[in-house]
Amino acid sequence: MSLLHTPKNRPATKSVQLMTTCLCDAFFADVARATVEILEYLGVDIELPDGQTCCGQPAFNGGDWNASRKVVRHVIKTFKGSKPVVIPSGSCAAMIYHGAPLAFEKETDLPAVNALAGRSWELVDYIVNGLGVKQWEGTFKAKIAFHSSCHLRGSESSKAIRQLLNSINGIEIVPLDEAEQCCGFGGTFSVSFPNVSTSMGTLKVEKLLENHPDYIVSADMGCVLHLGGIIDKSNNNTPRLHVAQVLRDALKNAGKLKK
Amino acid sequence: MNTSQEIDAYARDIKKDIRNAVYDGCKKTSEKRYSVLASDFKDADALREMAGKIKQHTLEHLDDYLQKAEANLQKNGAHVHWAMTGEKANEIIADIMRQHNCKRMVKAKSMVSEETHLVSYLEKQGFECVETDLGEFIVQIDGDHPSHIVKPIVHKNRRDIAKSFEREGLGDYNDDPTTITRRARVYLRNKYIEADVGLTGANFVSAESGRIVLITNEGNARFCMAANRVHIAIVGIEKLVPRDRDLAIFLNLLARSGTGQQLTVYTQFIGGPKASSQPSGPEHTHVIFVDNRRSEVLASECKEILRCIRCGACLNVCPVYRQTSGHAYRSIYPGPVGAVLSPLLAGEKFPELSDLPKASSLCGACNEVCPVNIPIPDLLLRLRDKAKREGAKKGMKGTPPMGLWATLASQPGMWQAGLAAGHTMNYIPTEMIPHPAAQAWQASRKLPKFQGGEFRKWFKNRN
Repeated sequence: MSLLHTPKNRPATKSVQLMTTCLCDAFFADVARATVEILEYLGVDIELPDGQTCCGQPAFNGGDWNASRKVVRHVIKTFKGSKPVVIPSGSCAAMIYHGAPLAFEKETDLPAVNALAGRSWELVDYIVNGLGVKQWEGTFKAKIAFHSSCHLRGSESSKAIRQLLNSINGIEIVPLDEAEQCCGFGGTFSVSFPNVSTSMGTLKVEKLLENHPDYIVSADMGCVLHLGGIIDKSNNNTPRLHVAQVLRDALKNAGKLKK
Repeated sequence: MNTSQEIDAYARDIKKDIRNAVYDGCKKTSEKRYSVLASDFKDADALREMAGKIKQHTLEHLDDYLQKAEANLQKNGAHVHWAMTGEKANEIIADIMRQHNCKRMVKAKSMVSEETHLVSYLEKQGFECVETDLGEFIVQIDGDHPSHIVKPIVHKNRRDIAKSFEREGLGDYNDDPTTITRRARVYLRNKYIEADVGLTGANFVSAESGRIVLITNEGNARFCMAANRVHIAIVGIEKLVPRDRDLAIFLNLLARSGTGQQLTVYTQFIGGPKASSQPSGPEHTHVIFVDNRRSEVLASECKEILRCIRCGACLNVCPVYRQTSGHAYRSIYPGPVGAVLSPLLAGEKFPELSDLPKASSLCGACNEVCPVNIPIPDLLLRLRDKAKREGAKKGMKGTPPMGLWATLASQPGMWQAGLAAGHTMNYIPTEMIPHPAAQAWQASRKLPKFQGGEFRKWFKNRN
């Protein structure tokens, strides 16, 4: 039920630039590591631009587009060239291919923003629709609740993720009530509207845990930061994983990657 | 939890039964919408996209289509009036009533009449004015305001309504919905008969034929219109569609999106006052096109919001609306569409409603259900930027300032130093971090362990 807004004709070569995302840079190192491991398993050559910081989304969503443009200009400077830019986050990817062009509508450097947008991929979208990998090897014996993050709307990512997860031996994806509902994070929204944000998150956690999954899985660490933050405050300790970690661990479990 | 945002405080303090009524009502209608669209159409998205294009086209050529609509309405025998403001629209309506010697109005649901505060205006002028839509009738006897575009009393339960009916002398306390409805029906039937003018809105007006289209489930709009000598339709200028045949797509989408019905119970196509060959119907038809700042919206960077056909689907699906209810938005139009439209219609009072566009996690569910495919999250973002540029304080409250962050994030050296320094966070409980954003976060959520720079180190040192 969504209209695509991912750019058309993106390059999908096997030599890419990786945008770690600031959340993985600061809090979720293993997610970035899993991203590297699965991409290299697929034979992808990874360049990690050292100057990278953040995609500019916090200020964009917070309403300070001037500040956001400053950061986006830095992103453009850091991610030079024509390789695909692969991003293990639906929301940072959407910032690059949808948000940034919006914020630069009236700016003279819009073409540079559009050029970056035109080679940016959410990780699993790149794997499935870029590289053409339609199923995943390996084993992951667990019940998971998959939270399809809001920024995957209007892209092929959600479908791609389900396709890969479903193809893994041993995995069971539990049904979710109100699967389309937001986790309540929303960047600065989570601190400027703490009551609404927490109610939304609490409800989402309730729905995710309803069928007692072993893991909550998502493609966005923003959602995981929020859901995890709520779960860790409660007595529950259901672990959370990024899709990349599931894909990596599935390979490891089947002996296809070094443990 | 402490909050600096009014909508957030409203959600915190809302009575539990109101919140539950709103949440349950919205969830149920959203699910019905989804299943009816999915079962009836192979590609409902294609329909939404097409409907959005038709509306956008209409807006881009609104001057032409309004002239066409005026000419065709006149050809059908209707009088056409133009009102730049809500006050002017109210005055025109009062004048029409005086001109035709009318004292009592029965009124169908119309959002634009809420904008102009028509009922209270007419009452002050000495006219009687009765809302005939059941929900709006209950809102009227309670002196309340609608909290939803389609379901004005989604915030009330049947016990509240039974008490109101008892208070108004409509019978002893009885909270059986059928009894409540029957009592309203008996009361309103007399009002229809006593009335001398009926007022309706218009869901659509076809520019090609001057046909006015009205949809209801209660038949009250038809009764208002057909049983009176004078019919007044108050219409926002954006309500046009170019051709009659365009109605096919809009009528297919409107009820499905709004209530999950394939079609509402009543769909009326009104071609003007009764012809001499017709036995009954209104003798006079007056159509008032209301601008009330719509042309300003049309000239703004958010003009797509004028595509809206008032189905309420974005309210029903919105996780924020479900937590807050409509009254939290302090305006006629609540929810995602209201968070865009209300601050714009406020004109120079934009700063007072500049917090509305902030009341969203930007989840995009509204865009996904919109029958005319309005990119609501993009418009919310544009208004956030506008609020910041214009220094509207209400909107910025509680949002951490981004200047320092932007500087940090555009200088890799400083960024990496920050990643290293951030490790001190692991030794300070978040409760102790003296920053409002950290406080707002930690009240209900924990932060994971800080691992700044660890991935970069691993990437460099492996092999």
